[in-house]
Amino acid sequence: MTLQTVVQVIASGLLMGLIYGLIAVGLSLIFGLMDVVNFAHGEMLMLAMYASFGLVLVSGIDPILLAPLMVAALFAVGALAYLGIVRFAMRARANLGMVQIFATFGLAVGIRGMAQLLFTPDYRSVPNVWLGGRTVSLAGIYLPVPQLAGAAVSILAFGALWLLITRTDLGKALEATREDAGAVALVGIDKNRVFTIGWGLGAGLVGLAGAILSIFYYIHPDVGASFALVAYVTVALGGFGSVFGALAAGIGVGLVEAATTLILPPSLKSIGIYGLYLLVVLVRPRGLFGHL
Amino acid sequence: MSIVATVPPPARAEAAAFLRRRRLELAGAALVAALVACLPLVVRDVYTQNVIILTLLYAALSQSWNILGGYCGQISLGHALYFGIGAYATSLLYTKAGILPWFGMAAGGIVAAAVALALGYQLFRLAGHYFTIATIVLAEAGLLLANNWDYAGAATGIQWPYGPDSWATLQFARNKVPYIWFALGLVAITWLVTWLIENSRWGYWWRAVKDNADAAESLGVMIFRSKMAAAAISAFFTAAGGGFYAAFVSYIDPESTMNFSFSLLMALPAVLGGIGTLWGPALGAAILIPLTELTRSFLGGGGKGIDLIVYGALIMAIALARPEGLISLFRRVRAPHG
Repeated sequence: MTLQTVVQVIASGLLMGLIYGLIAVGLSLIFGLMDVVNFAHGEMLMLAMYASFGLVLVSGIDPILLAPLMVAALFAVGALAYLGIVRFAMRARANLGMVQIFATFGLAVGIRGMAQLLFTPDYRSVPNVWLGGRTVSLAGIYLPVPQLAGAAVSILAFGALWLLITRTDLGKALEATREDAGAVALVGIDKNRVFTIGWGLGAGLVGLAGAILSIFYYIHPDVGASFALVAYVTVALGGFGSVFGALAAGIGVGLVEAATTLILPPSLKSIGIYGLYLLVVLVRPRGLFGHL
Repeated sequence: MSIVATVPPPARAEAAAFLRRRRLELAGAALVAALVACLPLVVRDVYTQNVIILTLLYAALSQSWNILGGYCGQISLGHALYFGIGAYATSLLYTKAGILPWFGMAAGGIVAAAVALALGYQLFRLAGHYFTIATIVLAEAGLLLANNWDYAGAATGIQWPYGPDSWATLQFARNKVPYIWFALGLVAITWLVTWLIENSRWGYWWRAVKDNADAAESLGVMIFRSKMAAAAISAFFTAAGGGFYAAFVSYIDPESTMNFSFSLLMALPAVLGGIGTLWGPALGAAILIPLTELTRSFLGGGGKGIDLIVYGALIMAIALARPEGLISLFRRVRAPHG
């Protein structure tokens, strides 16, 4: 194994890891806010990918330019999911644990079925993308341009999220609700509004990830499920509720996945991630940055 | 009963009522089982017989899932792993060593229970959602390994040899009726185990763990050991069901035994009928499986995804509108008396 191979693996792992972080952060944000796992997270990603695909076909505009639109669209989807489903699931009279899992889970299964029915299980990819298929070469290391752009967008998104959380009133409200959702009502924060915005933000972030993935990844009804699995592992690794833990863990997952392909056949590349997950569950059940 | 004799009269009357209810449940189950056993006399159509077999299989599987997910409150969405272990153990033992599926099912059950204990030893430290996610990831890892396991045919799977109809090998290619009886036996056993558990120390412990783990622990319930026992029993019968399925379809591959949708289909009847209840899984399966098969045959190949939409809508409707499950519709009538 040459030094060049190692650097190549690290570089591709890092790029994909940044994107994994972006996929996972919305899940972590929502969990941190209200202790609810959005089991429809992957399906929201899938919706964004199909929406991006469809809009490109209709408008001919490049998917990277459509990304802000995906954020807005998925923000609405997330807010509606909270207002229409999750809000009621949190008031269940019986079997609360089951209800919280199955409410969003039912949504996920329904969306997946709808996608199979409307879009068929065929694999699709966005045609004629500016960034598609290009690579840049740097001292013998090849970096695909779409992933490079995705990683850059991910860094920008995390930067914006950091500013939002630390510098704005909304960020303070989010932090306060996350600390103690009951007490915030006393200082005049509308808990329901914060939760709605939190779900919107969480879904909007995965919408951004979907817009980016649609540039270089195949789109099909089950695509969300496979990425959701990676997102669960990422969030479990980074610590449920930790926003920047998701970034660090995403990079870790990307690197481990890339390293696995060095020693195992491609069909087994996810084994590295699952192994990493088991290891973390064994050593730190709350994840690396978990503080629950 | 000696306990009944030493407690004051009001409690005594209650205990007597309780025992009467228990006996009534047993009699009711025997009646239902007898009726189902007679179904083949009326139902001659092979398609309908198949639907009955699948309904019974999922009733048994969901009953097993319910032991861990319903009574103990540990929602697993990875039971396809145990189902797959049962299907593979039974198929491998029969096709490679000629060991009859009866023993294969038992062997698969024991392996699955051992796996459940090994995994539970790690996973039961995780609370609520963490546990559910871990089960999903582990089942997915199992599917991936099965797809790459060359000895067991990897992605192509295992074909059972074609042989004469026989109870020894559980092969009934010409007349499916014995499968109905066998699957009914599985349902009866899992129902009976659940019935026994309801009134056992384990049963009370599990419900205590489910309702409030911290309070239960402070009262001396050994939470960890209760969860481990529930996981092992649940995995054993799920694997037995997997073994039966392998014998029934005579051909298995990773996707048809360990796909995520199996994990879902095992939990769904219990959720629909009422999780943590004696009759919930059977009621749920009796509604869900015929409904699924009907929509599937009605829509033919054109309606791919409809079954998922039906599941999704049902899950959400139950979770939001009636978390106690459909069985509570019957119980409400009885509530003023008890």
